[in-house]
Amino acid sequence: MKHSTFFWFVLPSAFLMLLFIALPVVSVVTQSLYTSHEQVLVTVENCGPFGCTPVTSIDQDATQALQAEKPLGKWAGLDIYKDRNHLAFAEVASAWVNADGLPDFGKTLMNLPFYKAMAFTLTYTFVVTPLTIILGFFIAVAVNSVAKALKGPTIFLTLLPFIVTPLVGSLILFWMVDARGILGAGLQWLTNNPDLSVKASTPLMWIMLMVYGIWHAAPFAFVVFYAGLQTVNTDSLEAAMIDGANRWERIRYVVIPHLFPLVTFVALIQLMDNFRVFEPIVSFSAQAHATSLSYAIFNDLGGETRLLSSAAATSVLTIIGIAILLSPVLIRTYRDFSKPS
Amino acid sequence: MNVFKIATLGTATAVLMGTTAMADSHACAITDGRVNIVGNEFPAIQSVAAAAIACASGVDAEANLTADHQKINLAGMSGDPAEYTSAVVANSSIVALINEDVIRPLDDLVAMFGADIPARQLITVDGNVMAVAFMANAQHLVYRSDVLEEIGMDVPTSYEGVLDAAQAIRAAGIMQNPVGGAYAAGWNLAEEFVNMYLGAGGEFFEAGTANVSINNEDGIEALEMMKALTAYMNPDYLTHDSNATSAEWEAGNVALMNMWGSRTGVLMDDEGAEMDVYSNTVAGGPLTVGDSGNAASTLWWDGWTVAKNISDVDAAATFQALAYATSPALLNEETMSQAVWLMDGFEAQPVNKGVLATVAAGASPYPMLPFMGLLHTAAGDNIADFLQGNESAQQALMDIEAAYTAAATEQGFLQ
Repeated sequence: MKHSTFFWFVLPSAFLMLLFIALPVVSVVTQSLYTSHEQVLVTVENCGPFGCTPVTSIDQDATQALQAEKPLGKWAGLDIYKDRNHLAFAEVASAWVNADGLPDFGKTLMNLPFYKAMAFTLTYTFVVTPLTIILGFFIAVAVNSVAKALKGPTIFLTLLPFIVTPLVGSLILFWMVDARGILGAGLQWLTNNPDLSVKASTPLMWIMLMVYGIWHAAPFAFVVFYAGLQTVNTDSLEAAMIDGANRWERIRYVVIPHLFPLVTFVALIQLMDNFRVFEPIVSFSAQAHATSLSYAIFNDLGGETRLLSSAAATSVLTIIGIAILLSPVLIRTYRDFSKPS
Repeated sequence: MNVFKIATLGTATAVLMGTTAMADSHACAITDGRVNIVGNEFPAIQSVAAAAIACASGVDAEANLTADHQKINLAGMSGDPAEYTSAVVANSSIVALINEDVIRPLDDLVAMFGADIPARQLITVDGNVMAVAFMANAQHLVYRSDVLEEIGMDVPTSYEGVLDAAQAIRAAGIMQNPVGGAYAAGWNLAEEFVNMYLGAGGEFFEAGTANVSINNEDGIEALEMMKALTAYMNPDYLTHDSNATSAEWEAGNVALMNMWGSRTGVLMDDEGAEMDVYSNTVAGGPLTVGDSGNAASTLWWDGWTVAKNISDVDAAATFQALAYATSPALLNEETMSQAVWLMDGFEAQPVNKGVLATVAAGASPYPMLPFMGLLHTAAGDNIADFLQGNESAQQALMDIEAAYTAAATEQGFLQ
């Protein structure tokens, strides 16, 4: 391809990527390095239906003058990243010095919002991703052997969890596991414990969130693998059958190697998705038991006072986290493609 | 507290109301401008917004009422021109709008169009009218009179009394978890802590500064009482917001709870509950904790503001429509019980008893401080660990202080 042809060919996509991916990232990074100006506080008298009281308030004129001078805010460098609500370097260091053994250190660490969120996010990612892939694969194999007339409806029903909006899907499950819902009451009956409550216990809440995650994402893995199954070479399968391979051996030695590039693809997408776990935490009102980086961003922006710099810093940490998580898969893919064939 | 005296006068003002309503209908002649209201969603605000839109029917008028109003009002008013010409706010949420300077002083509009708005409805900050309040709200005890009768106990006036009654109800086998409360982790849980801490006699900040000081005996007393109460709550209490708690009440599972006055109407009407539940639901007074004698509750007003970044014509239209919607003309048989209205002509209904009792008990208004929202968020994130038994009360208070300090430093309130 000529250079000029190539240039005009990629120009639209390069422009769009710059506009919708690179610029927002630059903006978020910039935001995370600045904080609000020092607030000029004054005491004023507020009156209302419950009488008058002297209260502290912000001096708007003085604050506006500061803002006009430096519209971006006060340069903070990495201060936001280092503060207690993010990486908490000072707190971690003092916990390391003062901790009475590793378990005590861990307990202090789990008391810091960032590490608490990371603990759940990473557990969620590393449990949900492989289980989604395995479940999706078995559903694909099963659906593939369904009689032709039933295939259409079966595929549609299997895709339903993925079609249902995450917020709605998790709300449905949330009410089902309520102590008076069908699953919650069923669990109480099974364990013979009338006080058992999924929503009140941290381990059970974690399990429920992960079960939801797998339930929601398995159809995605299924549909990718199902498409892959249509391209399996029937000659190889027949050859394996003639060689006396049973069903499992055919899957193990013919189908799985054929689908392996798709596993990389599904893993890549799922790692990204699961690291950003958010909707189920909101729907399950699970923030007392489990938080994630995305939830922390939501929380920073949803309060009465929006913490823009804090949310920006958490966003940058999320991007770094995803980059680290994906790097092994990306390096592997890069090697596969750059191999001389 | 003029309004509450008027409320008790009752019928005398009802006569007045008729005449004012007629006079006010003249004010509703908006010919130009734009009205767009953003606000919370509960019956009283819905009535106000509907009246404002009806008043501005000749021009472009709409309202966006949602429980997520706080997430969108600031963004929707920051543009120039602002999307929303008015935000319906409370004494906590107005602070964010004042901090970001997106609402305008109303003095000139009051002089032009609001001569008959009583002074008690005007919210002034440093001498400038920034909002017009139309209703008062507070949390107070709601109880089931039949259940208390069954165990032979008086209506509790303190949280200690609530614990005694709860134990008796459980022992008598009437209900397993007789206490309710909006203890959902986040804003609701923090609000319960704010109530309890003020009830214990605490101060949130060192006077005149943004330095937090809640790690003290009052803080521990407040947290210990909250934990004692949760022993009598549905084990899922950390997921129960006001809506879910109200549903528990209507299902007849709860006999005592601290609940918003603005929600008691729903509990006492004949929809969604059995007759022996709703007919025995009574609004009581505020509760105390320990021996400080303070009411463990905060007073709230709801009112409307006018955006700064809009044309004078839009501001005038918005002001007139909302001034009409929060005038005595709003009050009728249906709206009367929806809130403790601050307008002339309001007659207290049985559902309003709790809020009026809380005002009478001298509860403090929710602090209108620019950094209070940060403390509220920090509290909402850090109390659940203590209630679940993962850490001590002192550790929870230290966590709240540390989380607040980091956020307040970022916002420039602390150095």
